[in-house]
Amino acid sequence: MQLTEAEASFQAIVDPYAKADFFLSAGPDGVEVEEGYITFTSLPKNLLLKVGKMRAQFGKVNTLHTHQMPTVDRPLVTENLVGGEEGLSDAGMSLSYLLHNPVIFVEATGEVYTGDSDVFQSNERSKLNYVGRLRAYRDITESSNIDVGTSFAFGPTDVGLDETTPGEGIEAPVLDKRLFGIDATFRYRPLRRAIYQRLNLRTELIWSRQELPADLHANSFGMYALGEYQFARRWYFGARYDRSARTLDDTLTDTGGSLFLTFWPTEFSQIRGQYRYTSYAEGITGNEFLFQFNFSIGAHGAHIF
Amino acid sequence: MKPMKKLFIPFFAIALAMSYAPPGRTATAALRVVATTEDLGSLANEVGGDRVTVVSLAKGYQDPHQVDPKPSFILEISRADLLIAVGRELEIGWLPALQASSRNAKIQVGGPGFLDASQNVRILEIPTGQITRAMGDVHPQGNPHYWLDPANGRRIAQAIRDRLTQLAPADKAYFDQRYADFDKRLAAAEQRWDATMAPYKGAQIVTYHRSWPNFMERFGLQVMGYVEPKPGIPAPPAHIIDLIGEMKRSGARLIIVEPYWSLKTPQSIASQTGGQVLVLAPSVGGVKEATDYIKLFDYDVSQLASALKQTSGK
Repeated sequence: MQLTEAEASFQAIVDPYAKADFFLSAGPDGVEVEEGYITFTSLPKNLLLKVGKMRAQFGKVNTLHTHQMPTVDRPLVTENLVGGEEGLSDAGMSLSYLLHNPVIFVEATGEVYTGDSDVFQSNERSKLNYVGRLRAYRDITESSNIDVGTSFAFGPTDVGLDETTPGEGIEAPVLDKRLFGIDATFRYRPLRRAIYQRLNLRTELIWSRQELPADLHANSFGMYALGEYQFARRWYFGARYDRSARTLDDTLTDTGGSLFLTFWPTEFSQIRGQYRYTSYAEGITGNEFLFQFNFSIGAHGAHIF
Repeated sequence: MKPMKKLFIPFFAIALAMSYAPPGRTATAALRVVATTEDLGSLANEVGGDRVTVVSLAKGYQDPHQVDPKPSFILEISRADLLIAVGRELEIGWLPALQASSRNAKIQVGGPGFLDASQNVRILEIPTGQITRAMGDVHPQGNPHYWLDPANGRRIAQAIRDRLTQLAPADKAYFDQRYADFDKRLAAAEQRWDATMAPYKGAQIVTYHRSWPNFMERFGLQVMGYVEPKPGIPAPPAHIIDLIGEMKRSGARLIIVEPYWSLKTPQSIASQTGGQVLVLAPSVGGVKEATDYIKLFDYDVSQLASALKQTSGK
């Protein structure tokens, strides 16, 4: 048992034009700024600018903090292709544009990061990491909605460093990586019974193209599909299917599945159990039970949507 | 890269096509008002008349604490000239996220198009001393269900009149006249409601959540207990047993429930106390009869008086 993470969040209005959000997380590896950014809320032309360290707008799971996840862990595809727990999280700028119209919510986001995350890394300042996302959302009824998005990320990596650096003083080659993702979420929450019932169905499909030394490439695909159903005021049940190739070797594909149950004593704490089955490409299988206890103190934060 | 490009281009094209909207719908001089609840929306309609278009975000039959910050709401407030909020942290779980994403400078906190309707009203249950979560989801700035006192409804309408006048000074006389008309109709309705409720002054009742202090104070009723032990905390069996005992001792037989709670626990309590469960509308739109602010009280007062008549025999 371990204290995986303690997160402190500070959110405040800076002035009439900006809002600041800081999330400090303390874990076994020490204290770090998980996210810390300023949002300029009053730009013209339907623009919204964020500057600072943040989780990139790549798909859905990458934007979620650990305690916001519906499961104890992150999907296999996140672990294999998108940096795992830390994910695509870096210092940079994010500019998003809202396409004004009365019919559907469409938001286009462009981001640039320094290239210092668990997904992209480079010692060269000119080698940056770029992320783009297009998101469309529409209410189907007052109780149900559909949310779809596509994301793209491009940047340098230093994977394969060990294999390609035979001696001191030889600079490792910078190898590009591209990620492309599609995500879709369906939500159902009847307004009259919003306290007791909800259903979320979500899938993310991610393609990774990793440059390798000697002009080789690994084209890896991974995905997950997750369903979560609230069947009583304090109880949620869900299941997830996982499948993902490895970043550096697209011939190795891991698969798995999870069942999870969450109990919310109050809206400020939750107890979660998860059974996880994983079949690794090497032929090893894993059967694990994971437990998690989450709680929040202090001011009531905004719900995640 | 080819499979990625193949997928990306049609997806982008579909999303752009979906974003197309026929022109012409936005060409109107009316102020766009977005209210977080149907109560505030109704009051904005009363004062603004045909000089405003009003959209309400939360429905009257949903728990206003439990609203999802849906992107469709961002679309609504991105074009708003005026955003009216209940305040007192009722919307703290969802409105700040919507405002931050709205790209609308006018409706940010402190902006000319943001109105916190709670600024000049009478607020009850403002906690004193240290507030902790051991007290449940207590609102540190007082009970936010203040619109359920018609005197507060009048004060909210005044604040809306003043803000609409600031935003559209040319329509001042119109807003003044609309407010005066509403004030007159509300005063007449209050006399009617007072007369209906007069026989039941001092009656003891139980409510599910602390949604009704302003309403009960206005009509002289006593809330002797709550189905929830503390705000937002589900009731453990020990609390229900205590509540049943207290109801039997005090003679309270009526349990008021908002439309978004399950009736299972209240009905179980009622069956053991010989009481009655009554679903009242905490907001405009909470039941189909409560189509505006005055009709909300018409409905609640008549339902409550009729239930009290049955349970008290008066």
